[in-house]
Amino acid sequence: MIDRLREAVREKLQELDLVIGYGEGYDPLHATPVFIQKPEEVDRLIWNPLCVHNLATYLYELRGKRVGVVVKGCDSRSVLQLLNEGLIKREEIYIFGIPCDGVIDLRKVAQKVDIYRVKEVSWQKDAFTAKTDRGEVSLGLEEVLQDKCRGCPYPTPVIHDFLAKDPVKPKGEGEGLLEQVSELEELSPQERLAYWRKELERCIRCYACRNACPLCVCQDFCAAEARDPHWIPLRDRVKEKWMWQMLHVLHLAGRCTGCGECERACPMGIPLLRIRAKVNKELKELFDYEAGVKEGVRPPLLTYQVSEPKIEERQW
Amino acid sequence: MAKRERRIIGFLCNWCSYGGADTAGVSRLQYPTDLRVLRVPCSGRVNPLLVVKAFAEGADGVLVSGCHPGDCHYVEGNYYARRRLELLKRLLPFMGIEPGRFEYTWVSSSEGQRWQKVATEFTEEIHRLGPFEGWEEEGDR
Repeated sequence: MIDRLREAVREKLQELDLVIGYGEGYDPLHATPVFIQKPEEVDRLIWNPLCVHNLATYLYELRGKRVGVVVKGCDSRSVLQLLNEGLIKREEIYIFGIPCDGVIDLRKVAQKVDIYRVKEVSWQKDAFTAKTDRGEVSLGLEEVLQDKCRGCPYPTPVIHDFLAKDPVKPKGEGEGLLEQVSELEELSPQERLAYWRKELERCIRCYACRNACPLCVCQDFCAAEARDPHWIPLRDRVKEKWMWQMLHVLHLAGRCTGCGECERACPMGIPLLRIRAKVNKELKELFDYEAGVKEGVRPPLLTYQVSEPKIEERQW
Repeated sequence: MAKRERRIIGFLCNWCSYGGADTAGVSRLQYPTDLRVLRVPCSGRVNPLLVVKAFAEGADGVLVSGCHPGDCHYVEGNYYARRRLELLKRLLPFMGIEPGRFEYTWVSSSEGQRWQKVATEFTEEIHRLGPFEGWEEEGDR
């Protein structure tokens, strides 16, 4: 599979300025994005369940160049959403799609093995073995997959110019994320407030969640740092942190594809994805809408219907 | 009425609900005074973040009131507002604001009585829920 991908990249590289893919990171448990410009660099490309990054994040910054990008199913939705919003041009990008069986959540791995001592990783069919200087640990893929991968509805890229292997069938309807949401919905309002206070208290407002987000294209012009209007004071109380998350999630409403880069990038391990998953769930219920799965669809908050069949207004 | 007032923010559309509140006043209809009115040009002007900010700054309740769908002065502003506010209404409880603290509705400028009803009922509900103390921290006072 990786040979097919490398071959396709080598061939296409002649027409492209660069190709963004996955390469080996600083240790065996980390992959890293690589930017391939020369044919001799193509062999740096790898593919395994550690290739967690959503490389679509780079596309907006690199607009104007001819860019090839390697995407998983979930990442391809970000690409399609960027295209739908007119933020990138179809003719400027070439999409190398990889049908994906799920990627690993390193936080789950870290609960079983000291990830900083891992010297070597070897792959079996449904498991992998991590070798440390204190012995070997074998982990089943199922138990360390990211939550978004459980019941993944779009394992095969929804938009692509090249597919590295045969398409993978949908695994469900996003049960992994929906479970995260219903877990919280079952709590009482007081418990939920306590939950978010506890989680958001750790936030250091580093904005890593924003910077990793493929659809946060405002970046330096972000409303969170604007002084006029000054939405969020610089103080570090929970309410400012809460306000920032509300701002992020509302600016992503109808755009977020649930790739989970925000949560993965968070240095404090705050469960951010479930907020987005909640909004996505409501949008699906209200407007039968999912971001980045169909070409040419308008986000639901940028349009309206004269009578909304799903909205039940309160009668006074 | 010995009860302490609650901080309730009302975003009212200039072309209808604000007039509705005025009609209620001219008709000498009585309703609680907890609700503080902010006049906006259209319910479509109400960025959901304004509501979020109000809660972050310690509001006990927020009410958005615009023109009835179909009657928008700017033709379609309240249609957009309806979608945004409905989503916000579903999201806020998930993020720790009790259901009921945020509502949106439509009141036209002739509906003084409806405004009286909405303002009274909403205020009573907020009194039932009590003050919102979600953000209090040690050393706040």
